[in-house]
Amino acid sequence: MSEKPDLQMSDLEAGNFSYPEDYAFNAGYGITDKTIDYISDVKNDPDWIRAFRHRALEIFQKKPNPTHWASHDLDNIHFDKIRYYLAKGQQASRNWEDVPDDIKKTFERLGIPEKERKFLAGVEAQFDSEAAYSNMQKVLSDQGVLFVGSTEGLQKYPEIFRPWFGKVIPTGDNKYSALNSAVFSGGSFIYVPKGVKVKHPLQAYFRINAEQFGQFERTLIIADEGAELTYMEGCTAPKFETATLHSAVVELVALKGAKIQYITVQNWSANVFNLVTKRAMAMEEAEVKWIDCNIGSRLTMKYPGVILKGRKARGEVLSIALAHDGQHQDTGAKMIHAADETTSNIIAKSISIGSGRSSYRGLVHIPKHLKNCKNNTECDALLINPQSRTDTYPAITVRGEGNSVQHEASVSKVSAEQIFYMQQRGLTEAQAMSLSVNGFVNDLVSQFPIEYSVELKRLIDLEMEGSVG
Amino acid sequence: MNLVIEDLHATIQGSEILRGLSLSIPKGQVHALMGPNGSGKSTLAKVLAGHPDYEVTAGRVLLDGQNIMDLPPDARARLGLFLAFQYPSEIPGVTIANFIRSALQARLPEGEEMDAVDFYQTLYKRMDELEMDRAFTSRSVNDGFSGGEKKRCEILQMSMLNPSYAILDETDSGLDIDALRVVSEGVNRLKGPGLGALVITHYQRLLNYIVPDVVHVMVQGRIVRSGGRELALELEEKGYDWIIKECGDPVAA
Repeated sequence: MSEKPDLQMSDLEAGNFSYPEDYAFNAGYGITDKTIDYISDVKNDPDWIRAFRHRALEIFQKKPNPTHWASHDLDNIHFDKIRYYLAKGQQASRNWEDVPDDIKKTFERLGIPEKERKFLAGVEAQFDSEAAYSNMQKVLSDQGVLFVGSTEGLQKYPEIFRPWFGKVIPTGDNKYSALNSAVFSGGSFIYVPKGVKVKHPLQAYFRINAEQFGQFERTLIIADEGAELTYMEGCTAPKFETATLHSAVVELVALKGAKIQYITVQNWSANVFNLVTKRAMAMEEAEVKWIDCNIGSRLTMKYPGVILKGRKARGEVLSIALAHDGQHQDTGAKMIHAADETTSNIIAKSISIGSGRSSYRGLVHIPKHLKNCKNNTECDALLINPQSRTDTYPAITVRGEGNSVQHEASVSKVSAEQIFYMQQRGLTEAQAMSLSVNGFVNDLVSQFPIEYSVELKRLIDLEMEGSVG
Repeated sequence: MNLVIEDLHATIQGSEILRGLSLSIPKGQVHALMGPNGSGKSTLAKVLAGHPDYEVTAGRVLLDGQNIMDLPPDARARLGLFLAFQYPSEIPGVTIANFIRSALQARLPEGEEMDAVDFYQTLYKRMDELEMDRAFTSRSVNDGFSGGEKKRCEILQMSMLNPSYAILDETDSGLDIDALRVVSEGVNRLKGPGLGALVITHYQRLLNYIVPDVVHVMVQGRIVRSGGRELALELEEKGYDWIIKECGDPVAA
């Protein structure tokens, strides 16, 4: 591919380029115990991780695809035609200068170093299986903040890493969490010490460069008592003819009074199966907020959750999904109340364009013995075209006195009259659509950090531009 | 410089609503279009603006000499055609300020950005003139507005977009006397050599405030009579029946 940056290229296409494969480490196609041993050898895993991986593989192989409730498109993933580990090396550089040339160019084209200079406290950039770059402001490391890859985390800081690893999301949670547990590589390990508030966001960027490949990053974030942080992740991949798999596991632990905000803007190319398990545990008076925006991918299945384990813990999921032709955004949220006076809030908005399909799945669980728990759930769907589709599958179990739940759902359409009205003011049909859609998500987006709301608005504009014709 | 409608025929779902309508509005003049319910006044407004539900089967419309019949609604708007809607649409989540700004931005060449300070200064001035609370800028377009608020919002947009030809479709409907005064004053401020206006109304009342140069009467899809202001007064006094009788049934004719 040409290396000339094309400034006219739209942002949706901006991720659609790749460099020739040149990997020192390649686990080959398919997944067996040998694949696991290859990965463990290369990564120099401690024995407990090697054992953890082998056990996970067994669970993965035993579990069927959950097609009794989920999309049958899952059956189109051919696990024997995927490569599970591809890397140039296992050490992430601290300087952009030391990053291999093609990887550096990739991230420069995606604007990562520029964003780091502008508003980020730290960046980790993963290229296929391993992070190529990882750096954080010195002031944070001086305060004891850790922001490293998962391998470095488990090797260097086992005393913090091991007690929580796999505890929020057990290996057998689902087929894809088991797969991740077997072959995980990359992702972030973050620890913020007691009382430390990280003002600027820490960002991870995930890039798939190779065809017929699976990316399985593993992220564990621990905010100690009273600590605060915001973590943002972005992702892109080139458009390949064959399916690519992205299957991450993200575990968050917010100890007493801690606050974690986790923001995702998912913009995978339309051949990527994005099957991700994300869950947080919130202790007493802790707050966890997931902001989850899904724009790309072929099929996304992702239901960020919070286990509200301590009294007065608070969980929130703000979710936006945009499903275009041939895409299925199957997203939602899980709120498991496990202590008194816990509150949770879910606001999910989806937009279906053309033959795109969006599904909302929500799980809210408040058991009988708890007191004064509250959940609020709102899910709104916007349909752009007559063939667009949306489904809602709420599962709410609320028992016990003094617990309350509120659930609202709406489906609306962009009306021809509304578009005509806007066109009469001089906006093109695409601009009118885009403004309508932005209006639909506006109350949600205005709660996002400004850098992300601007980026999201631009992505919506570009999606809408291609959707009318 | 004028807006010329020549022998316009238009149908919706196969039934003909405009049946050979001709009209010319020179820039600088205000024309009133009156007629009984169902005569096709609102259809004319929508067809001029390019509403996709209507099919133009014959005739054409020239805006300063340019045939606009093949242009999409937004291109007509950018050429300077404005329609104040009888029933303006609601756009949830999009603020008035953002909407007007986007509409103005759509008129600028690519890459050129509007000056935000100038924009807000002008917007506030126009809102003051229309006796609109500034808090309106952050409300969603027409969302939950009263009838009067919607009409004021239409005139606000008109004053910001500065059209060369404006069609006001029953702008007086649903207005109390105070709102009628404010809205009419708003339109009168925009009158001048740079604007040609077609004021569509069922009642003479509005024309006490917005004084027309020419009055047209429309019956069954055509103009059946044109005259001065006195024609409007005559219609108010006698109703529409006499003119329908006098002209006969234009379809049967």
